[in-house]
Amino acid sequence: MSLIGRPRRRVDGRAKVTGQTRFADDLVFPRMLHGKLLRSPHPHARIRGLDTSKAAARPGVHLVLTGEALPITYGILPVSHDEHALCPDVVRFVGDPVAAVIARDEATATDALDDIVVEYDMLRTFASPDDSLAYPEPRIHDYGDEGNIHKIVSLEFGDVDRAIDGADRVFEDVFFFEGNTHLPLEQHACVALKGPDGKLVLYSSTQTPHYVHRALAKALAMPAAHIRVIATPNGGGFGGKSDPFNHEIVAAKAALILDRPVKFCLTREEVFYCHRGRHPVLMRLRTGVTSDGRLTGLDLQTLLDGGAYGSYGVASTFYTGALQTVTYAIPRYRFRGCRVFTNKPPCGPKRGHGTPQARFGQEVQLDKIADALAIDPADLRLNMIAPADSLTANYLRVGTIGLAECITKVVASSGWREKHGTLPHGHGFGLACSSYLSGAGLPINWNDLPHSAVQLKLDRSGGVTAFCGATEIGQGSDDVLVACVAEILGIPPFDVRAVTGDTDLTPVDLGSYSSRVTLMMGNAAIQAAERARDLLADAVAARLEIPAARVTFADRRVFDASDPSRGVTFQEAVCIAEAKVGAIGTTGSYTPPKSPARFKGGGVGPSPTYSYTAAVVEVHVDPDTGWIAVPRVWIAHDIGRALNPTLARGQVEGGVYMGLGEALMEEQAFRRLPAKLSHALVHKFPSILEYKSPTSLDMPEILTEFVEHPDPAGPFGAKEVGQGPLLPIMPAVANAVFDAVGVRIDEVPITPDKILRALAAGASGKPARVGPDAFPEIAWPDALKVTPPWEGGDGRASNPTGAPTGRAVDAGVEAKAALRALRT
Amino acid sequence: MSDAKIRLSLTVNGEPVDVLVDDYKTLLEVVREDLQLAGTKHGCELGECGACAVLVDGTPMLSCLVLAAEIGGRHVTTVEGLARDGRLHPLQEEFADRGAAQCGYCTPGILVTAKALLDHEPTPSRQRIREALSGNLCRCTGYHQIIEAVEAAARTLAGPDGPDRPAGPDGPDGPAS
Repeated sequence: MSLIGRPRRRVDGRAKVTGQTRFADDLVFPRMLHGKLLRSPHPHARIRGLDTSKAAARPGVHLVLTGEALPITYGILPVSHDEHALCPDVVRFVGDPVAAVIARDEATATDALDDIVVEYDMLRTFASPDDSLAYPEPRIHDYGDEGNIHKIVSLEFGDVDRAIDGADRVFEDVFFFEGNTHLPLEQHACVALKGPDGKLVLYSSTQTPHYVHRALAKALAMPAAHIRVIATPNGGGFGGKSDPFNHEIVAAKAALILDRPVKFCLTREEVFYCHRGRHPVLMRLRTGVTSDGRLTGLDLQTLLDGGAYGSYGVASTFYTGALQTVTYAIPRYRFRGCRVFTNKPPCGPKRGHGTPQARFGQEVQLDKIADALAIDPADLRLNMIAPADSLTANYLRVGTIGLAECITKVVASSGWREKHGTLPHGHGFGLACSSYLSGAGLPINWNDLPHSAVQLKLDRSGGVTAFCGATEIGQGSDDVLVACVAEILGIPPFDVRAVTGDTDLTPVDLGSYSSRVTLMMGNAAIQAAERARDLLADAVAARLEIPAARVTFADRRVFDASDPSRGVTFQEAVCIAEAKVGAIGTTGSYTPPKSPARFKGGGVGPSPTYSYTAAVVEVHVDPDTGWIAVPRVWIAHDIGRALNPTLARGQVEGGVYMGLGEALMEEQAFRRLPAKLSHALVHKFPSILEYKSPTSLDMPEILTEFVEHPDPAGPFGAKEVGQGPLLPIMPAVANAVFDAVGVRIDEVPITPDKILRALAAGASGKPARVGPDAFPEIAWPDALKVTPPWEGGDGRASNPTGAPTGRAVDAGVEAKAALRALRT
Repeated sequence: MSDAKIRLSLTVNGEPVDVLVDDYKTLLEVVREDLQLAGTKHGCELGECGACAVLVDGTPMLSCLVLAAEIGGRHVTTVEGLARDGRLHPLQEEFADRGAAQCGYCTPGILVTAKALLDHEPTPSRQRIREALSGNLCRCTGYHQIIEAVEAAARTLAGPDGPDRPAGPDGPDGPAS
């Protein structure tokens, strides 16, 4: 192959280094107005009165909108359309918008916000999951599983209690993963306008133009065909621009009313409050282990602090429990997850979506297990890897598994065998692993439609235009699109133009989330390009009077493989084909394979294939100050095939970087204002200065290695790389800290004060540990019981309504027997 | 808000500029809004992220913290001023080739900051590069490919071909082969 697998300048590289990439806030239109949102200063309150007359009368103000103008709810998931663009009656977190001002400039709009008078009746503030579990009333929302519990799920795959109780050793641990946020450098921005044809156009820094399109159609009660959403290149996404946002809907409404372009650009503080980031998760893991270090069963409970709205939360809840069995072979598994509403900015998907939290818990617990059993943590894991092309206990079909090679690589490159457990006090090595989806197997809006589609237009100039709804958020999706097409057609990438993320021009791709774009768009692009290639090959074969199978595409030529001198230029081939069959345009589509899971809740977790990662982190911990330095990270990622190794490496290093931020410093945390003020629950540090993130001086050396065994599900064998490499970093840091100073920090971020507290506890004879003490009692519903494949299950629940079964079908199977069944 | 305007004369990317701007505006706002040089970005408008860095008389400054009124008569360089005579600056070539720009939002500020470094220290150590760029946040790359690109550009600028290095390919893959 001439392109795939070779390091190459990305197709949008020149635009980015010359400052010509046009982000949403760079767009300027004649007569453009500017909007600002008035946001609630109270975490939970009922709006008693709202007076906008003074703001409306201010010179330069063109429009003031309140909730009455936008009464229709929307949301990303069909099961939680719980957001209003402007709150009509109740505000649910500090930052919930209640009114919007559209004015001649940003300053006027901002000033006019102060003219709006809102009277609130305070409601109880739910500041933590404990509050939400303790008090079902008042309900933050009038939907959800009960009280202030948004979602509660319970799934059991085999008789877990018996498998754990029958194990040689049982390990029980509680962990906490603090929330953190995406912090994209670009603040969310959008411009809405009514086009010359009278139709609505929205430019927005969104990762998901298709879902914004749907949300606008619903919230504005307009035909979707009269709405065009254009995703501008995102100045970083990381999941934070995946929901439809209130400012987008307000901008659209205002533009329609005023018939003038309306721009919103959020301030940095607003971005912190928009959030949709990592859920704080408390988790409890109970794990049965044989004396030689094999898992017999895992019982996982997770409690998610969801914040004030649904967002992706139902999916996030399932994701805290979905992929444990993909990373390691677990014969029997129970997952119980509970997401509560609180009066904080809504949580949602951040890089890794729901999986990093429980991965942290499991990887740290495995380190404890290895320590207790005196087994090398790398060997422990090497003995737990599931067979390739197998089903997991929860009916996820895994394809290629490169985890063993990943572990072997980082063990070798880091000198793990010599370093772990042997270094002087204060120096440590930690190891952890992970797996991740290469795209969600089911769409958000369940239907049978393709998840991604690509259209090609072949021009008489020899140029090719590739149209796809995928969204460039910095990860290089335009480059993947162009490379796949150019590779198949044997032309340079510079001859291919990518037109992406425009609901008028491009066929639907569901968006840049769940690490789905390379695999799904790539497969669609290959199909479209192969169809175009076949059209051209037929036409050229007829011209050359050779069989079409002999026609080859390379170096911008279309020629006879048996006699390369006989051929035409690519441009001539296009013309020959167009003369023969008419205009040359092709399409390609991709729909993931159906999941074998047939139980409720089985829709979260399936993927066409999974990536795997192993990482070793070296730390230096100063026992006097608790300061943690990370000098080196070794990471190996099972990517199937790196389409463009330069970009793939950048994704890995970016994941390591973001993981280190989560491990060591990043916190989306909240505090109460003093009672003499409002006592409101506010963000502790909604600014970049105080929300710490790693700088160039904080970054360790990173040795990145790839395991490349092309996966049949991926385009040219590629699997994801955008999210998985983040996941092992946080637990590897925690495990390295233990190796360095012998303390367990069972929560992130791992900060110097926690190190010192744990050291002090250890010195005074208490457990040398900092972390949560207990997991609350939760009234879990009866589990849906699904028999694992190796115990005769068919993917269906034996009690589809969740009713308790009198006796589990596999109740007599001993733990070790279950393990044997899995292994055979 | 004042409605007062001031007349501002300065040199931007080598060209004299004479504009009438609101007196309260920051250099960032004047560059982006009045001069329509949207390559310079904003990430916080509080001097925290480095996305708005421009060169003022060759020194990196956070344009969101500088009142435009203060920089009359000075020389301002933005990302749009790095390429010369149709050729990208070696920093731009290397950033594009080495994956130093992912989303590209921090890139303009980092490019001008790196240019100031190389203008003053043609052969900086890796640690010096890290220090020089420590005020510019990047959430995508993890910084390594950025640092490597700066090192590569320094080599190009210092090499026998130096600044006259043949212009890089305009296309993503170089001229048609």
